[in-house]
Amino acid sequence: MPSSSKRALTRRQFVAAGALGGAAAAIGCHGHGHGEWEFLSEEQAATLAAVCDQIIPGDEFPSASQAGVLTFIDRQLVRPLRRYRGAYRDGLERAEALSRHRFGSRLTDLPPAEQLEIIKTIERDDHEFFELVRSHTLDGYYGAPRHGGNRDAVSWRMLGLSEPPLNGRAQYNLKKDSTS
Amino acid sequence: MKRVNAVVIGAGAAGGIVAKELSVAGLSVVLLERGPWYTANDCRKDDLRNQRTTVLGNAFGPEDRGNPRVTVDASGGIHTFLPSEGGYQNNAACVGGGTLSYGAQAWRYMPQDFRMRSIYGAPAGSSLEDWPISYDDLEPFYEKAEIEIGVSGDYSGTPFHGPRDRPLPMPPLPPNREFQILEPAARKLGLHPFHIPMARNSVPYNGRGQCMRCRWCVGFACEVDAKNGSQNTVIPIALSTGNCELRTECMVSEILTDDRGRAAGVAYFDAQGHHQQQPCDFVVVSACAIESARLLLNSKSRLYPNGIGNRYDQVGRNLQGHHYTGAVGFFDNETYDDVGPGASIAISDYNHGTPGLCGGGMLANEFIRLPVHMIDRMPPDTPRWGLEHKKAMRAYFKRNIMIFGPTQQIPSADARVTLDPSVKDKWGLPVARISGNVHPHTFDIGEVQAQRAEAWLKEAGAAKTLRFAGRPQVVSAGQHQAGTCRMGNDPRGSVVNRDCRIHDVDNIFVIDSSVHMTNGGFNPVLTIMGIAYMASASLVRNWKGTGFRS
Repeated sequence: MPSSSKRALTRRQFVAAGALGGAAAAIGCHGHGHGEWEFLSEEQAATLAAVCDQIIPGDEFPSASQAGVLTFIDRQLVRPLRRYRGAYRDGLERAEALSRHRFGSRLTDLPPAEQLEIIKTIERDDHEFFELVRSHTLDGYYGAPRHGGNRDAVSWRMLGLSEPPLNGRAQYNLKKDSTS
Repeated sequence: MKRVNAVVIGAGAAGGIVAKELSVAGLSVVLLERGPWYTANDCRKDDLRNQRTTVLGNAFGPEDRGNPRVTVDASGGIHTFLPSEGGYQNNAACVGGGTLSYGAQAWRYMPQDFRMRSIYGAPAGSSLEDWPISYDDLEPFYEKAEIEIGVSGDYSGTPFHGPRDRPLPMPPLPPNREFQILEPAARKLGLHPFHIPMARNSVPYNGRGQCMRCRWCVGFACEVDAKNGSQNTVIPIALSTGNCELRTECMVSEILTDDRGRAAGVAYFDAQGHHQQQPCDFVVVSACAIESARLLLNSKSRLYPNGIGNRYDQVGRNLQGHHYTGAVGFFDNETYDDVGPGASIAISDYNHGTPGLCGGGMLANEFIRLPVHMIDRMPPDTPRWGLEHKKAMRAYFKRNIMIFGPTQQIPSADARVTLDPSVKDKWGLPVARISGNVHPHTFDIGEVQAQRAEAWLKEAGAAKTLRFAGRPQVVSAGQHQAGTCRMGNDPRGSVVNRDCRIHDVDNIFVIDSSVHMTNGGFNPVLTIMGIAYMASASLVRNWKGTGFRS
């Protein structure tokens, strides 16, 4: 298992961003042998976090991974977006291969400027995979918090949107949704 | 099963009205719907899973599993799509059909829209034709739809509409901020802005309350049931007569015919997957343009080897929808007031009368946006990702106005629905294959419309603008799909007559957007409803004379 300081930092930020403690424990219970993730391995998650955080970097508001985008993508890959599992598995592998080939190091261990260079290469040469990650990252970050991204409605608050004025007559039923 | 007078296939905008009109007139009706009955409780406010943004699937059907469709692009590439993917050209599959979750713009077409060929002539390579009915024929039924379904709005600001006997039954909602910004700008340009007609309660109406002006509108079922579709107006009336039975989650596989070629009933798969047969005196197909054509093509028999109504290879042709173009304007001051439905102001100055263009379309401001809707609509110099994109979202989410409009498409006989030779759905039925495109002049009109939208935004003070006017490679026929079983006097160039009766079968009717010759420069639902009322009236009239017994 890789244990780069960057990944450890990312996880601390997760916890610091709040709302994660319970969520991580709950997700861990699914027990597909991937630790806190339902589909991704730890290595895949670390690579994906590096890509997502270039698409939405942190500033005074959280980055993609800090806002739970990995949880969003991971959850959807065992639910409605199952069909993209292969694309993620292979695309993340190609991203790491590119990083090793060009800089002799894991993507997650590179300094930000070199990470950016890799992501730009992926955008140019592995366009379909990049577009997939880009759209899922942006959807997860700006979409409804119930799917795991946009934790605590952080992007909505960033845009100056109030929380929904009404919660609805029917409570959202995640279980029913997951069967579709 | 007990024989009934009528089987109506599809409980959407048209099917709901037909079921109501027939059952109120005393006919026994079975209304078959492939989807379930959702209610206001199913609103959910899920911005990634509704009927317009379908990243995580369709909220109101069809479900992704077992319902594929095939599309052939301009270069001959064949693609299989899931219902939640854009290329599928989805509408909905549920009681109410598209009207459960639509934006509910309830437009009348203009008198010119029924006479496109006479006014403009048919561009070379197009299949542009006049309708066999006029605006005046349809006017009383437009009015009936406005009253029974419930439409709010105010046409008094514009001279560009057909004659009307009565004003709309409800006033418009109070103007939102975008209306207040756009209205004086339109007037300065010499245009005639007015309140969009909407099938939405601006005041309590029909026993339900008024719009609460929330952020979750188009694509969602209305949480307070203030949006008016067939599921909360005509279908409950049909059921209350005791003459109409609604069977949900029933997929019709075939229209059954007797030795003489008349409809004897329908075969369908019920919710448990059992194959059933329902005998009847006549059949009404109201499954929307793509699925209605598919059902007729799938109903093959000795007398109809190429499908019912398809003697002259017309079923499925002339598929059309709307070519949406327009512009986004970015402003220095906040334009967002978080007041739904957002869409509020329109002009129909540009629907007709531009030299060199075969028609045009209305332009209106867009429905209220959720953050996910703006991801790919940032100013033209914005990178598509990275810190600059995030900053642009922050700067412009509350500082933009979008004006778009449905350019009336110039139909082509090559844009069509056929049956795919190999792909089948979960019931084993051949799926729809969509190929061809509308006439390219459509895109020339769309380009001009986008420039007009941009000019309006600039006049309103937009500091930057972003124009949207593509030349899509496949026909765009999603929720506004139409034209596949044209209404005409000539059996060789159309599928149904002016009563929506199939030319060569006297007890099968197609009543939905399939019969549109052209699709107007407006959202089509009120025309679908008007035609459903008109065709139902003639059905009831003829039934009383003969009972369709031959």
